[in-house]
Amino acid sequence: MPVVAKTGNEAMAEAMRQINPDVVAAYPITPATEIVMIFAQFVADGLVDTEYVPVESEHSAISACVGAAAAGGRVMTGTSSQGLALMYEILPIASALRLPIVMSVVNRALSGPINIHCDHSDTMGGRDFGWIQLFSENAQEAYDNVLQAIRIAEDPQVELPAMATTDGFIISHGMEGVEVMEDQAVREYIGERKAKVSVLDVDNPVTLGALDLQDYYFEHKRQVAEAMKQAAPVIVKVGKEFGKKFGREYGLFEKYHLDDAEIAIVALGSTCGTAKVVIDELRSKGIKAGMLKIRVFRPFVAEEVVKALSKVPALAVLDRSDSYNAQGGPVFTEVRSALYDLANKPKIINYIYGLGGRDITVEDIHSVFADLQKVDKKAQVNYLGVRE
Amino acid sequence: MKQEKPGWKSLPQGDVLGAGTAAQFKTGDWRSEKPIFYEDKCIQCLICWIVCPDSSVNIKDGKVTGFDYDHCKGCGICDHECPTKPGKRAITMEKERK
Repeated sequence: MPVVAKTGNEAMAEAMRQINPDVVAAYPITPATEIVMIFAQFVADGLVDTEYVPVESEHSAISACVGAAAAGGRVMTGTSSQGLALMYEILPIASALRLPIVMSVVNRALSGPINIHCDHSDTMGGRDFGWIQLFSENAQEAYDNVLQAIRIAEDPQVELPAMATTDGFIISHGMEGVEVMEDQAVREYIGERKAKVSVLDVDNPVTLGALDLQDYYFEHKRQVAEAMKQAAPVIVKVGKEFGKKFGREYGLFEKYHLDDAEIAIVALGSTCGTAKVVIDELRSKGIKAGMLKIRVFRPFVAEEVVKALSKVPALAVLDRSDSYNAQGGPVFTEVRSALYDLANKPKIINYIYGLGGRDITVEDIHSVFADLQKVDKKAQVNYLGVRE
Repeated sequence: MKQEKPGWKSLPQGDVLGAGTAAQFKTGDWRSEKPIFYEDKCIQCLICWIVCPDSSVNIKDGKVTGFDYDHCKGCGICDHECPTKPGKRAITMEKERK
């Protein structure tokens, strides 16, 4: 299929056009605005059959999505930063009601201070709401992840909402070559949503979202926990099928020169592209550097991550957000916890970087690998690229 | 007798219940005031039946017969909207505990 020049936002909007969802409810926010703006044009031009609901806030956007998904529709939205934060109240309702809404999230720093550029604080703030989270390295992965998110979210073993994320401006507004597949092939791949219940089915009426107190809430949450566990093999299956059909296979993560690595980083998002350049340079000098690029942060596939990292003596985890817990960023605490049961644990340190869109350069990542060669002298948690 | 509740494995997923289950659950027991119906004063306009937010106005053969106290919350909208004149009120509100 032809490779065309597209920004991350254009790529995600194009995926939405091909998916042709029943309902899109959205509210604009930088840097995600274009996704739903371009999609609104598709609606106006009659290129999709979607019912487009222009609402007055992100809280209403996700609420409308919940209603439409409960009616059995295939439902999508997109947002960023404060917009995602305004949705936080509704996000765990979508997962508890097992509604496979798919959302494009363009990662942007949470205010305050107010900032419109990339970090992962918005998505990480929503990491414990029962949403599947897929991270993208570039516009191609953003496009591919949106398509796969539909299949993953709607899988009968899963039925959880999912977000496919890009990095604000870096991916969302950076133009790259993106291979866009044929509409027909995409539609065959994603199929139809087969909802188990619909609140609009008057012949089979149901109550959805009733008060759920001490006697049932816990069981329903336990179901969400199980569905998240079931999601991992489904993500692998969906990624494999995607590769078979379209030539780009996806797994839970990508190992880049990892198997024989002596020093490695763990990262997610666009930074992985920069890191690959650094790793190539180091490898050409005979330094055994590698990377684990985490694609799926929710579910966090601890067992597989440990398997991938167990033979690497020294690791640095790169977090593009801080937990402000005086212990390290969210990716670091997950990875470090996962490694606890290993008899021979790798040395592991954390770098918090890139907050509020602060550039992460080739030189920055070189400095991380240089630090890893004298890892015993480093603090457990380090801040990369901040002025002291 | 202790009732066995389903565990998470057998419970229908996603907080889905059958429809109309509120009818089986008495929700009127915390009411502080209740409406009293006087059939002889009622003009059968059915406004109370239309405005009741809890479907607690009982109807038989198209006529109001009284209230469903298992579900009436005592909000008083029926009394407020009832068009009958003072002294000939078809609905009045009474305290549950005097």
